[in-house]
Amino acid sequence: MMRKYVEKKNLQNKPYHTDRFWVAPQVPKEDVASDEVFAKDLEELKENFDIKEAYIQRGQLVVYISANENVEVLTFLKHQLDYNFLTELSAIDWLEKRGEFEIFYQMLSTSKRKRLRIKFFIKQKREIRTVSNVFKSADWGEREMYDMFGVIITGHHYMKRILMPEDWYDHPLKKSYPLQGDEEASWYEIDKIFGKEYRDIIGPENRDSSRVDENDTYNFARIHHEVPFGEKPSKEIVETDYQEEGGVFLIKSLKKADSVILKERP
Amino acid sequence: MQKVNRLQPFFENLAFERDDDTMIINFGPQHPSSHGQLRLILELEGEMVKKATPDIGYLHRGMEKMAENMIYNEFLPTTDRMDYIAATSNNYGFAHAVEELIGLEIPRRAQTIRMMLLELSRIISHLFWLSAHALDVGAMTIFLYAFREREYAMDLIEDYCGARLTHSSIRIGGVPLDLPENWITKLSKFIDKLPSDIADYEGILDQNRIWKMRLEGVGVITPEMAQTWGCSGPSLRGSGIAWDIRKEEPYELYDEVDFDVPISTTCDSYGRYKLHMEEMRQSIKIIRQVIPMYYKTEPEIMAHAPNYISAPKEQIMTQNYSLMQHFVLVTQGMRPPVGEVYVPTESPKGELGFYINSQGGAYPYRLKLRAPSFWHTSILQEVLPGQYLADVVTIIGNLNIVFGEIDR
Repeated sequence: MMRKYVEKKNLQNKPYHTDRFWVAPQVPKEDVASDEVFAKDLEELKENFDIKEAYIQRGQLVVYISANENVEVLTFLKHQLDYNFLTELSAIDWLEKRGEFEIFYQMLSTSKRKRLRIKFFIKQKREIRTVSNVFKSADWGEREMYDMFGVIITGHHYMKRILMPEDWYDHPLKKSYPLQGDEEASWYEIDKIFGKEYRDIIGPENRDSSRVDENDTYNFARIHHEVPFGEKPSKEIVETDYQEEGGVFLIKSLKKADSVILKERP
Repeated sequence: MQKVNRLQPFFENLAFERDDDTMIINFGPQHPSSHGQLRLILELEGEMVKKATPDIGYLHRGMEKMAENMIYNEFLPTTDRMDYIAATSNNYGFAHAVEELIGLEIPRRAQTIRMMLLELSRIISHLFWLSAHALDVGAMTIFLYAFREREYAMDLIEDYCGARLTHSSIRIGGVPLDLPENWITKLSKFIDKLPSDIADYEGILDQNRIWKMRLEGVGVITPEMAQTWGCSGPSLRGSGIAWDIRKEEPYELYDEVDFDVPISTTCDSYGRYKLHMEEMRQSIKIIRQVIPMYYKTEPEIMAHAPNYISAPKEQIMTQNYSLMQHFVLVTQGMRPPVGEVYVPTESPKGELGFYINSQGGAYPYRLKLRAPSFWHTSILQEVLPGQYLADVVTIIGNLNIVFGEIDR
């Protein structure tokens, strides 16, 4: 049997309807000259490095650098421009649109009270150098980036997956990775616990927690309709006996005047 | 060497083939003092830790992935499950980030309610931290006392939103409800009583010989370490760096209230304990100032932005256009403008940041959760070596790590 062909580049949920004429508004990008501190920092960065683009968005400076200068730029920011925190780093998957990852480093300067974001693009299989020698916070940040996107980082002292199991196949935050996991994922625990030879007997793991199987009599008990494992649910109608005579007491008509409003919780 | 196959997997703790006499033990992931699912691979020489390798990921639920497959409002209850000790602060962090992305202005009443809830959840979190930490160190009494006060605070939250742990008490654009009747009275009663309770805790612990021996000089994080490892919140202020996002980059009405940012210059666990106590007092101080501000506000609690936020219920039930908009917003979700924001907020644990990259769609293109505990756990690699095995528990407890937000 052949499997149905599906486009694999972006397997994320799509909204069921988008207006054809919808034009999304933009978050305004401001000129860097509008902020004194950022303008000065950017000037110094421009003197030393190749800056591709820079703007201010929602009060934070965004600077695009070239991928091979990441360590030098961060070192410069730390020692010369006093950006003493690397608060966050991660990647964005643009593989479908342009075949690239966008890497960002979120920096904070406590003395200037400013935050800036260093960004650059890398092709899918290209390596980047580690910045964990400049900021130790990048140690786990880069491990997570590798784990989630498969971005290859050189020079890191302990480049291992951090959140996913070591022998996990593929990198789950890529757009090509479905939310419920791929085929490998559905066999992962079966292979691990029972072994590959039990695949036929046990079947793939159901990784969609919201899936309800109509005919599943094993995971979803039906009171008074229990049947052995694997059997079809019975259609037999069961009379329910109530403790109350003539069934459960139901309010047919509410007399509002008789009800009492409590002042405090009893 | 071990021969690894399916029947004999590789065991890190079977390292006795080595020449030296270091012993490798696995601390966790099922250890009661590991505050969740932390596995620490400790290399010991005698009782001294030589090397520590934290291993995380046992609670990984892929929240960032989930966020990319959900509309914005749908994701908000998921944030409850990050730092489940203070769920409101996560709700707020996310809601605030989306509001920044859209550029919404929040009604003043919603802001005051949010501040009360945020400070209340900070108190809840700190009380929980104190009791769990003290229990780890061996002080059972504090656990019972602090949990009693935490219960009162949780009752207040329950009165407001109906939930005790996973609040979802903040919405994008404001808050879902106005304060219930008498809530402020109960809140005032609670914050009037709390200072004397904090004094009680300090009375038990401050000069307690065992408490001091276990905490003083243990888990020292120097200012340089705190900066390079990206510490934030009490862990950063415990290293003598006065950086509180509420003060430095104020959001909501934090620039209108008067409060201090306590720091500790001893850089050790005891200093951070004193700091947490002082922070609770500052939270009380903030709540005291916010209460009169609440009474001076107009009754609106949700922002007016028809493209992004549903109209009030009465309007939806009476006006056709509001109902249509509500329908679209619920079924398709809001579509924020194209752009990206990184919005930090001061959660009880530290800097909670939400990076959102929106491409103008109903789902975020990328959402990165910057959870403070993640970075505080990575610092264990440097803090633990040189400490004794018994102090490992103290340090883990003291750093206030919560695994819901580490593994996300």
